[in-house]
Amino acid sequence: MGKKREVDDRFKKFGTVSFTSITKVNDFISYLEDGKVMGSRCKECGLFFFPPRADCHQCLSSNMEWVEVSGKGKLVTYSKLEFAPIGFGDDLPYAIAVLDYGDYKVFGRISSDVPEGEIKVGMEMTTKANTLPNGQLNYVFQKA
Amino acid sequence: MGKVGVIGVGQTAFVRGYPGSIRELAFDGFKDALRDADISAKDIDASIICSAPEYDKQRSPAGVLAEYLGLTPQPTCYLETLCSSSSMGLRYAYSLVKSGLHHVVAVIGFQKMSEISSAESQERMGRGGDIQWESPFGTMMPAYYAMFARRHMEEYGTTPEDLALIRVKAATYGQINEKAVYRKPVTFEMFSDPESPMSGPVASPLRVGDCCANADGASVVLVASEERAKSLSKKPVWILGLGAATASVNLAGRDLFSGLKVAKEAGEQAYKMAGITAKNVNVAEVHDCFTIAEMMAYENLGFAKPGEGKDLIKSKETYKEGSIPVNVDGGLLSKGHPIGATGGSQVRTIVLQLRGEAGDMQVKDPEIGLVHNIGGVGLYGNVSIFGR
Repeated sequence: MGKKREVDDRFKKFGTVSFTSITKVNDFISYLEDGKVMGSRCKECGLFFFPPRADCHQCLSSNMEWVEVSGKGKLVTYSKLEFAPIGFGDDLPYAIAVLDYGDYKVFGRISSDVPEGEIKVGMEMTTKANTLPNGQLNYVFQKA
Repeated sequence: MGKVGVIGVGQTAFVRGYPGSIRELAFDGFKDALRDADISAKDIDASIICSAPEYDKQRSPAGVLAEYLGLTPQPTCYLETLCSSSSMGLRYAYSLVKSGLHHVVAVIGFQKMSEISSAESQERMGRGGDIQWESPFGTMMPAYYAMFARRHMEEYGTTPEDLALIRVKAATYGQINEKAVYRKPVTFEMFSDPESPMSGPVASPLRVGDCCANADGASVVLVASEERAKSLSKKPVWILGLGAATASVNLAGRDLFSGLKVAKEAGEQAYKMAGITAKNVNVAEVHDCFTIAEMMAYENLGFAKPGEGKDLIKSKETYKEGSIPVNVDGGLLSKGHPIGATGGSQVRTIVLQLRGEAGDMQVKDPEIGLVHNIGGVGLYGNVSIFGR
């Protein structure tokens, strides 16, 4: 019996249903557990990425640092779902959205405690780490 | 190097629950194309098999289909770009013929969507987005396109009623297209009638009536060199321009939400190659997977200025008798959208239009036709231009 290989599959905790378990940016999940939503920045050329990447396509460096997504973004657009793909039915209804931070954008969900009537394109929102009812982790947009 | 032409087109009826396997489905479309071109499988030098994966269990369908269609020992391969797979297949067939490597290439698109449930299908399509960073939020195609609809409404004052007009047009032609999956009429009033399924919410602001119909189907386009087209066919239609582009999968990487950049880029390439502008197009097939997608196509292809797509549909200019008829075969909305077969079916419609063989759907004497076919949420874009 060989020694069991240690597998870092933290990413399986991302979202209601994760479709990825192993990635070089698994630390994203540990930061989420600490309440932080992080992007990555190339230490060679300074390019910032959200979602975070392990590799910079501009200078081919893999020397990256974690940078927190902070401040306010503007709501670019959203949609409230009344029908869900398989595996997401218990979350209904929920709204997916894009937030614009100027230099980058974030795709995610609007927090379920924001009433639909208060959601307006252009409104300022923040991105917050969130624990789902099934114990999985994601992040949500809240009113700024 | 000479021109490249289309010498034959075929498709099955688009249906729910095709009573056969994928090879039998492809055979039905292939037989239709061979009869149209009046050639046999021996005249075909190579095939490109196009579909989106995971709707059926067959891995590497190309070999299985090639054998069943009598296309061995000629080379074949599988090609996919989601919903634009067979338009991308046409692009590669063009390059194989143009290079002189092959003389006649078959582009065979198929999809048997009914092997899985609607919710499973939404999950598969959602995974055409970014599975690492988007799908875990519970994404699906209607919701992605709904986000574009929301932004279009916000920027240009487009309304859900404007979008409903596009569905009404699609149904007008779906009723007279015997290959369409949805043959019933759709009225504008249905969208405000809570009793009508058309008004049911899916992903705001899109409703059931804004969404295309899943279907099973196959399409086949036979592409040939100028020399072979002239010797084999009395009625070749020529490929005048081809454009293709790719965008960021994750919407966080996009900078346009009221249109599709891939459509603009692919359109510009195709117009340039064909040496024409939008004004020269007499009939078009656009990728109306959702009503908003057709509205954006009007604007991205230059049939209308950004924000003015709604005026085009309100004035019925995209009806058969209008200045730029669009989707007069029912489009994806009524004809149906069997993913891998869709692009080839759009090409078939345009080829029949240019040959004057579109029956009740025939536009008056078109010279130039255009196909706009999108994969994913504006992830892949193909625009192809055809002439007589």
